[in-house]
Amino acid sequence: MSSALPWYILLLPFFAAVVIVLLTKSSRGLSSFISVAAVLGSFICSCLVFTTENIRSIELTWIDLRPILYVPLGFVLDDLSKTMLVLVTGIGALIHIYSLGYMKDDAGKSRYFASLSFFMFSMLGIVLSNNFVMMFIFWELVGVSSYLLIGHWFERDAAAEAAKKAFLTNRIGDFGFMLGILMAWTATGSVVFDDMAQELGRITSYPGYLTVATLLIFCGAVGKSAQFPLHVWLPDAMEGPTPISALIHAATMVAAGVYMLVRVGFLIQASATALSVIAWIGTVTAVMAALIATQQNDIKRILAYSTLSQLGYMVMAVGLASGEAAMFHLFTHAFFKALLFLGAGSIIVMLHHEQNIWKMGGLAGRLGITFLTFMAGTLALIGFPPFSGFFSKDLILALAYEKNPAIFWLALFTAFLTAFYMVRLIVVVFFGKPRSEHARAGREAPWVMITPLMILAIPAFASGFGFVAKLFLPLPAQEEHGWLVPGLALAATLAGITLAVVLYRRRESDPLDFALVRDRFYFDEIYGFLIKATQGVLASLSAFIDRWILDVGIIRGAGGTTWGFGSLLRLLQVGNLQAYSFLFGLGIVGLIYFTLFR
Amino acid sequence: MITLGHYLIVSGLLFTIGFAGVLLRRNIIIIFMSLELMLNAANLSLVAFSRFRVDSAGMPNYNAQVFVFFIITVAAAEVAVGLAIIVALYRARQTTHVEDVNSLKF
Repeated sequence: MSSALPWYILLLPFFAAVVIVLLTKSSRGLSSFISVAAVLGSFICSCLVFTTENIRSIELTWIDLRPILYVPLGFVLDDLSKTMLVLVTGIGALIHIYSLGYMKDDAGKSRYFASLSFFMFSMLGIVLSNNFVMMFIFWELVGVSSYLLIGHWFERDAAAEAAKKAFLTNRIGDFGFMLGILMAWTATGSVVFDDMAQELGRITSYPGYLTVATLLIFCGAVGKSAQFPLHVWLPDAMEGPTPISALIHAATMVAAGVYMLVRVGFLIQASATALSVIAWIGTVTAVMAALIATQQNDIKRILAYSTLSQLGYMVMAVGLASGEAAMFHLFTHAFFKALLFLGAGSIIVMLHHEQNIWKMGGLAGRLGITFLTFMAGTLALIGFPPFSGFFSKDLILALAYEKNPAIFWLALFTAFLTAFYMVRLIVVVFFGKPRSEHARAGREAPWVMITPLMILAIPAFASGFGFVAKLFLPLPAQEEHGWLVPGLALAATLAGITLAVVLYRRRESDPLDFALVRDRFYFDEIYGFLIKATQGVLASLSAFIDRWILDVGIIRGAGGTTWGFGSLLRLLQVGNLQAYSFLFGLGIVGLIYFTLFR
Repeated sequence: MITLGHYLIVSGLLFTIGFAGVLLRRNIIIIFMSLELMLNAANLSLVAFSRFRVDSAGMPNYNAQVFVFFIITVAAAEVAVGLAIIVALYRARQTTHVEDVNSLKF
């Protein structure tokens, strides 16, 4: 069955963005209404697509240089992309609605909603693309809209800096991604995923080439999904409005990297070296980010590092050759992390943009619904049964247990850390005595912000159950491990909870102080130093070239040569008429000699 | 028997004498006269060529003689211009020696 529905899904938010920018920018209410309507329309179309079997989309030809290159404007509509469509548009719709409350009095509301719609367009483009060229374009567009949204409050220096940092860091990954695409295209002769999968045999016989190409493609995911060593942009991206952090930097955009890896799973799974590199990068990210999260004091930064850590889990699952497990965790994570960010957002708004957890405290009573939904998100995140995170994380742990014990123990340690830092957050923020005026005066957020929280709490709780998840995802057939893996995971979680409660109950400040961890392992400083050093070397090199080769060599060289010849030739200009005549005669004699006697 | 070669040798001698005069003499008027000598050396060789290049009817080739007339005409015009310049130069510098006229130098 062929249908134009996917086109509606993709283009509705795009037209909303265009209309807002061109026509309704001055009317903030109308702009937000258009944007919300567009995303709801997309959501309804996505649901229709999701429920239709064997749906096919209208495909247009964009570039046709067969047999060298063929780029269609086509969509892929398999289980994977259908699930992502519902997920992205569904969470997107809730966050649009939440933004109505959060950005109510913002002067740049029209701009905000235009960027948000533009982001929806780009993200859906990534999800729907059936070839690398389209995906890369939308990939970049997502980077642009992320830049616009992080820098929404561009008058604040930190936000402007964070936006630039995010964009540049992503560009590094994207450059590798582009090289990887070109390599894969060179080898298979196609950029369309289905054709590439068929032509894969042409590169599997060159394992070195395949590994390099795969790892370069993985670079794109490292940038977009903020994996080590390009993770530094994500925590800074929290300078953007909180709904943006929830939608882009937790639930959807950062998951695009994982989605892309799963989409090209056929390529990645062909190279064992690439797989193990990917698995280890994911593990390192998971452990490192969880460690850093234990010592942060900004509520959004804690959640940001937790996002990094969970993305690490997903990449780890991809590296363990199970795209299904990665997608399962992506699916549950999207709900509970969006929930946590929105909960954090309503706390932040109600405390007049206070983000330091040590200035909060005792909020459980006054922000009742926020507290309950935040608890649901936390329990899901730390993998407490029967919340959704338990199931998806357990799947990844079981996978690691089966394939790589070292990764399994590190992942288990990460689970312990996750429980520790999240319970620390809960204890400090919601219990104890209020530690500031704003915390004492905090009230519950308006309904337009609370409702999405309550709606999101449901899938955060329930999306992990096998019978629910099966509706959306193909779950991998799991070998029976008995209770060992879930038991260990639960033990780690409980240990983390206990430790956090014991350490942080009735505290006024952090009893632990690890400078190395608190300062995020000095990654920013190291990168800063590296960039400065590289820049210094490059600058002095180019100064040398400019000064000695261009200036002295070429410019002054050309001038000097002309001048030298000139001063030699002026010796001939004696001003004596008879000398000229003599030279003239000499010339004639020479001419005659050369014409007649040679 | 006087051949073309004799004429050309005379013509070459005249030309060389003229050129040497141009190079060696200091007085512009003498240089000017030497120039005329060079022109006439050319004329002599042209006339000689004309005389010794006879066609089947026994007539000389007149092209060269026409050239000679042209040269004489141009030389007359040149003398008029050249003497005028010399007069102007003398008025300006009170000299007709070439060493004194060397300001065309960088």
